[in-house]
Amino acid sequence: MVTEADIQNAVVELLRKTVVRLPSDVEQALNKAYETETDEVPRMQLKAILDNIDLAKKGNTPMCQDTGVTIFYVTLPKECKVDVEKGIIEGVRRATKEVPLRPNAVHPITRKNPGDNVGDRMPYINWKVGDKDYIEITVMTKGAGSENMSALAMLTPSAGLKGIKEFAISTLLRAGSNPCPPTIIGMGIGGSSDICMKLAKEALLRPLDQRHADPEIAKLETELYEAINMLGIGPMGLGGKTTMLGLNIEYAYCHTASLPVAINVQCWAGRRGNVRIYPDGKTTFPTHEG
Amino acid sequence: MPKRLKTPLSEEDARGLRAGETIYLDGVIYTGRDEVHIHALEHLEHGKKIPVDFNRATLFHCGPIMKKVDDKWFVVAAGPTTSSRMNSLEPQFIEQFRPGAIIGKGGMSQPTVDAMKKYGCVYLAITGGAAVLAAKGIKNVQGVEWYELGMPEAIWIMDAYNFGPLTVAIDAHGNSLYADVGVKIKANEPKARERLGLK
Repeated sequence: MVTEADIQNAVVELLRKTVVRLPSDVEQALNKAYETETDEVPRMQLKAILDNIDLAKKGNTPMCQDTGVTIFYVTLPKECKVDVEKGIIEGVRRATKEVPLRPNAVHPITRKNPGDNVGDRMPYINWKVGDKDYIEITVMTKGAGSENMSALAMLTPSAGLKGIKEFAISTLLRAGSNPCPPTIIGMGIGGSSDICMKLAKEALLRPLDQRHADPEIAKLETELYEAINMLGIGPMGLGGKTTMLGLNIEYAYCHTASLPVAINVQCWAGRRGNVRIYPDGKTTFPTHEG
Repeated sequence: MPKRLKTPLSEEDARGLRAGETIYLDGVIYTGRDEVHIHALEHLEHGKKIPVDFNRATLFHCGPIMKKVDDKWFVVAAGPTTSSRMNSLEPQFIEQFRPGAIIGKGGMSQPTVDAMKKYGCVYLAITGGAAVLAAKGIKNVQGVEWYELGMPEAIWIMDAYNFGPLTVAIDAHGNSLYADVGVKIKANEPKARERLGLK
């Protein structure tokens, strides 16, 4: 039987792997970007990023000092007797000390920092019940430099597809050099205001080389990806061909009178990880195999 | 060969740098981000002294991950934070405390570029997120001030050695690489819009 200690240990290991090593699709996209760039300035920026990725792996050290806030997505089996929430919270507390993670979580008004990345609604956990026998925990360690560039627009239905594209290009022009480009963009379309923002973040969980199953959405992903990369913002906003490593969209049906659209900006360090905890307590880390 | 300079940078050192150059630094650097700017300016307003001397010093927009082993602090990861968050405070900070260099990422707005020109300060860009690479250039941690602001927001006093590569992104003559890139982005925007079928 899975115990709370199993959850805790799995979460500490998950956080360590996530902040130290990028998923292979993100690392591949960065390598490709380095090969694509011809000018010295963007090549130097990407070289520093790639060197840093290697150093982090070799030293088992977080690749970026901003280890973010921890956003969790949990899928529980139909029957689950262990306190997963408590396991996650204690796991975050321990990982903050053991990995270590930077203590980032503060009270929003007093800015008081408890020092352990735990506070009201932090770590934030999104829950689902699935049909597998294992507990699946996915985490995004989300840095603030990129998150601060995120945006929501409540468009009118008449704004349509053009309105969505207009919002995307203006949001990313405004973000410019700030979110540590080359970025990864998650877009939400539809739902309500809160659902739309959630979808934008969830879109970041999909590997960069997978297009949306709906061909119309897949086409929009490709169009926006190509267009934004024509802007020349470049790595770290110092100019170049690679402004973005990938763009994923998720949608939900919405009210006939509204058209919400949201953008969640992720820096080049697109850190996401997941762990499956089986009934016998064994774990696998699908995003961090090998 | 990229230039290698010692901190604190004299006004002559700073004015000798041109946007686009790559340099490396040796010597003391101080971390300071949102709260350090707010706190330092508040201290000044109330006539209180601040614990470090920023005159001609190098300020690093950075909230590092630090580790304490047997009473001694070590850097785990120390990349730059987004400098634009300090846009509203930096011109006043430069005027009052007169740093010689600011290290960060993403660049800063025109009032800061103007203050840098007036007081002989440069903005040095270091690759965002490359925090292990940056930490390699920190050989010793002298200490910490204002630790009560939290680990990311405190002033960490660090000894840098061959710290870089740093790109002079805003020089002390009013030139900014970000402004140059901005002109190119404006020129590229119609092509991108055309790809999207927008005007």
